[in-house]
Amino acid sequence: MAMTGDSPAALSGKQKLATGIGLTGLFILILAIANVNFPNKTLFLTLSLGLIAAGTIIFANDAYLGKHEGIKNDGVWFKSMTGRGFWAWILGIALTLFYIVLYWFPQYLGLNSDGENTGIIALFDPLSKLINGGPASQWFVYGTLYTLAILIFGYKFILKYRHNRYEVIRTFSVMFFQLGFAFLIPEILIRLNKPYYDFKNIWPLNYDLFAGYKIQEFLSAGNLGMFMLLFGVVSIFVITPILTYKYGKRWYCSWVCGCGGLAETAGDPYRHLSDKSLFAWKVERWVIHSVLVFVTVMTIAVVYSFLGDESKGYLLTKDVFLWGSALLLTIIFALIMIFKREELAKDAKIGAVSYFVIIMSIIGINYFSGNYKIFFFDAYLLRQWYGFLIGAAFSGVIGVGFYPIFGSRVWCRFGCPMAAILGMQQRLFSKFRITTNGGQCISCGNCSVYCEMGIDVRAYAQKGQNIVRSSCVGCGICSAVCPRGVLKLENGSRNDRIRSEEPVMDDNVDLMDLIRESSK
Amino acid sequence: MEHIVIIGNGIAGITAARHIRKRSDNRITVISGESDYFFSRTALMYVYMGHMKWDHLKPYEDWFWEKNRIELKKAWVENISFDEKELHFAEGGSMSYDKLILATGSVYNKFGWEGEDLDGVQGLVSKQDLELLEQNTKSTKRAVIVGGGLIGVELAEMLRTRNIEVTFLVREKAFWHNVLPLPEGEMISDHIKAHGIDLRHNVELDKILSDGNGRVMAVTSSEGEEIECQFVGLCTGVRPNIEFLSGTPLETDKGILVNEYLGTNIPDVYAIGDCVQHRQISGGRKAVEQVWYTGRIMGETLAQTLTGKPMKYTPGNWFNSAKFFDIEYQTYGWVWPEPTNNEAHFHWRHDKEPKAITIAYDKASGEFLGINTFGIRMRHEVIDTWLNEKKSIEFVLKNLKLANFDPEFYDHHEKEIFGSFKNNLQEA
Repeated sequence: MAMTGDSPAALSGKQKLATGIGLTGLFILILAIANVNFPNKTLFLTLSLGLIAAGTIIFANDAYLGKHEGIKNDGVWFKSMTGRGFWAWILGIALTLFYIVLYWFPQYLGLNSDGENTGIIALFDPLSKLINGGPASQWFVYGTLYTLAILIFGYKFILKYRHNRYEVIRTFSVMFFQLGFAFLIPEILIRLNKPYYDFKNIWPLNYDLFAGYKIQEFLSAGNLGMFMLLFGVVSIFVITPILTYKYGKRWYCSWVCGCGGLAETAGDPYRHLSDKSLFAWKVERWVIHSVLVFVTVMTIAVVYSFLGDESKGYLLTKDVFLWGSALLLTIIFALIMIFKREELAKDAKIGAVSYFVIIMSIIGINYFSGNYKIFFFDAYLLRQWYGFLIGAAFSGVIGVGFYPIFGSRVWCRFGCPMAAILGMQQRLFSKFRITTNGGQCISCGNCSVYCEMGIDVRAYAQKGQNIVRSSCVGCGICSAVCPRGVLKLENGSRNDRIRSEEPVMDDNVDLMDLIRESSK
Repeated sequence: MEHIVIIGNGIAGITAARHIRKRSDNRITVISGESDYFFSRTALMYVYMGHMKWDHLKPYEDWFWEKNRIELKKAWVENISFDEKELHFAEGGSMSYDKLILATGSVYNKFGWEGEDLDGVQGLVSKQDLELLEQNTKSTKRAVIVGGGLIGVELAEMLRTRNIEVTFLVREKAFWHNVLPLPEGEMISDHIKAHGIDLRHNVELDKILSDGNGRVMAVTSSEGEEIECQFVGLCTGVRPNIEFLSGTPLETDKGILVNEYLGTNIPDVYAIGDCVQHRQISGGRKAVEQVWYTGRIMGETLAQTLTGKPMKYTPGNWFNSAKFFDIEYQTYGWVWPEPTNNEAHFHWRHDKEPKAITIAYDKASGEFLGINTFGIRMRHEVIDTWLNEKKSIEFVLKNLKLANFDPEFYDHHEKEIFGSFKNNLQEA
């Protein structure tokens, strides 16, 4: 008989069994990576994915069903897996190694472009043939596992937050978009011999959308191709601003996006690991906007070089494109500086001005010197470096590989250029905010701890300020974990969205008086 | 430039310090023996339950204090020479002040029970209590908690996360019935039991028994039952932490007596927060009111006074909130556990989920007096306006949706609540 109360970290018998089942499924995949050639691949693939799903579902059922609905964070910081302990490091290293092999050494996974696949990629051939008609690639394997993860951990998340309908609906949404838009539709398009296209993967997150080979693909795919190309342009320039104005960037980042989908489901157990310090916020602002500048420059260069000299006969010549882009950037820059400069912090102004000047002068120097390398380097080199540094190393290896150490939204917070654009829109032109409920905050800090984006929510809540931050993805967890009902995600009037710098509790004693004053 | 010294780095003392700094250039020193930095006392439970780590309880990063020129001193004040305006520390040394703010908080009650000083018997107020709890519950299989209030139910929840069996002795016939109306108290009692707590109403603590080695072995209840346990949680309220002030010219009763400006009987000495007893207080409030929010408001009020803008303590409409396991509770205005003479209660409860509302109103005029909500969040600003504008209960129920603060997509119950009110009226 144990003499102590069990630590909250202990697993129940059923959870141990479920872990065993899930690991068995995973073990089949590992055997496949080790090049075990399974006789009946369909059977073993089904078995493997089925066991992983079953294990996760049984585990989740035991962990949440039959228990009271409510917040389930007991022991989060005590458990090795979620408290940056031994198992967290093991998982982090394993994921990181997987990403390195996936991106740069797919042959070790069994990819063989000249003949039959082997290894784990061969294991996925039957499923690939079933859906898109061809043999699997490393990306098909990855896409399948990614989708599976969002589905099964989405299920777990839904059980965990089943008392909170916002979380439930939102999770169904990310599961739907992953399964349909990110996985099935593009694979079926391949089967139909159409360009591979994930309609919800918007430029600049989808940095290759306007790469030369992609545009070529679209142009040679008839009406559907034209539609895809147009949809890609409309997505970023029309749909995105409208939806973000109405609902904040959450419509994308925590309802639609695949990166966000994985972070919200498989990454949920690690959301509390994000860094909340002011220093981290400063780093975030510089890094994410630098990535945005990088992707903008890279894309301009790629399209510019794609248009080439042959475009002379068309409406869109390379000169028109270049100066059109410069004009667009100038207009955006000017509008923000004219109408929104009050809302920009000092470093934001410095950043915006210096990046603007740099981009414009580079374009000017190179254009007038007759240099076809509009940003000093060949466009394909820029794209290659972006793909390597940002597309693979940042979003994959660091973004997901380091979930158990730095939290689930490292990429979304520090790296994603799409999040940067949506963030600017959200901060400056949106109806979305997290409203703080009068004086009910007790500064407990649950909101800040469980904010996956590292926002120090409490800093605002305890002052009675609404939270209007570019990085907020609207996951709603701060509101869910608040024990006093202080936070509410809302799309409301823009008039009272941001309360004054010296809010609620300051210079006033009857706090409600001041709330009224400052919201006028 | 004056030297303002604040004893106590809790919410009251720190709020005062921050606001004095905003409004003046005075030298500010905050003294605490409890912790190096300000932390959220209300969140102690989350550290024990593993939701947070200690550092997360700090609402400000450590660099904040130096940047804002708020000096921190870690020491226990042993006694104060009010005449010389000097503090003497238990660790040795002294410090002089121009103005002194006492924000010493509270300590948990002990009522002279036999065995109340045994090992394994404690309350939960301070950082040291939390550390002791961690020690005390290492070898605990069964615990007894005494006192059905907010800290009691929190402690019960905490211990359950470590799979400790909890027997919960509550004097009232329903949980927190000295504050909550009976139907609500009963709903919370049911919820507590559903979480595996052995909740006993109408039972008090009689004696705490020793195992012979100075450690608790069992308690006996007012019903004469002996309950085996290795831990006893004393959660029968708190009282002002003023023992170290006894024998000084400072006037105290239950707490440090203060006037409307939060001044004590000694010039340049003020008191705020849990340790205070108001000489006069209106609005149905208690003279000793140990709540996070009032501590904060007192801190702000005093900061105004000390920076050249004398201000009376007028805390506005009462509000409070808590969470009982999974049920959130909010209250605005006054809802007394037993309706007072002119007061009537309208009570609604969801038929399946643990959601409920009680609205207190004036029988004669129908004026809205206060609201308790369980499992439904309310918008502070809206309710506060309604209270100030003395809206009728009819108005409140008709417009209840405007006050809803639940997350998006939650079920709304306003129609059902309004219908239930109409039915009640017809029946009455």
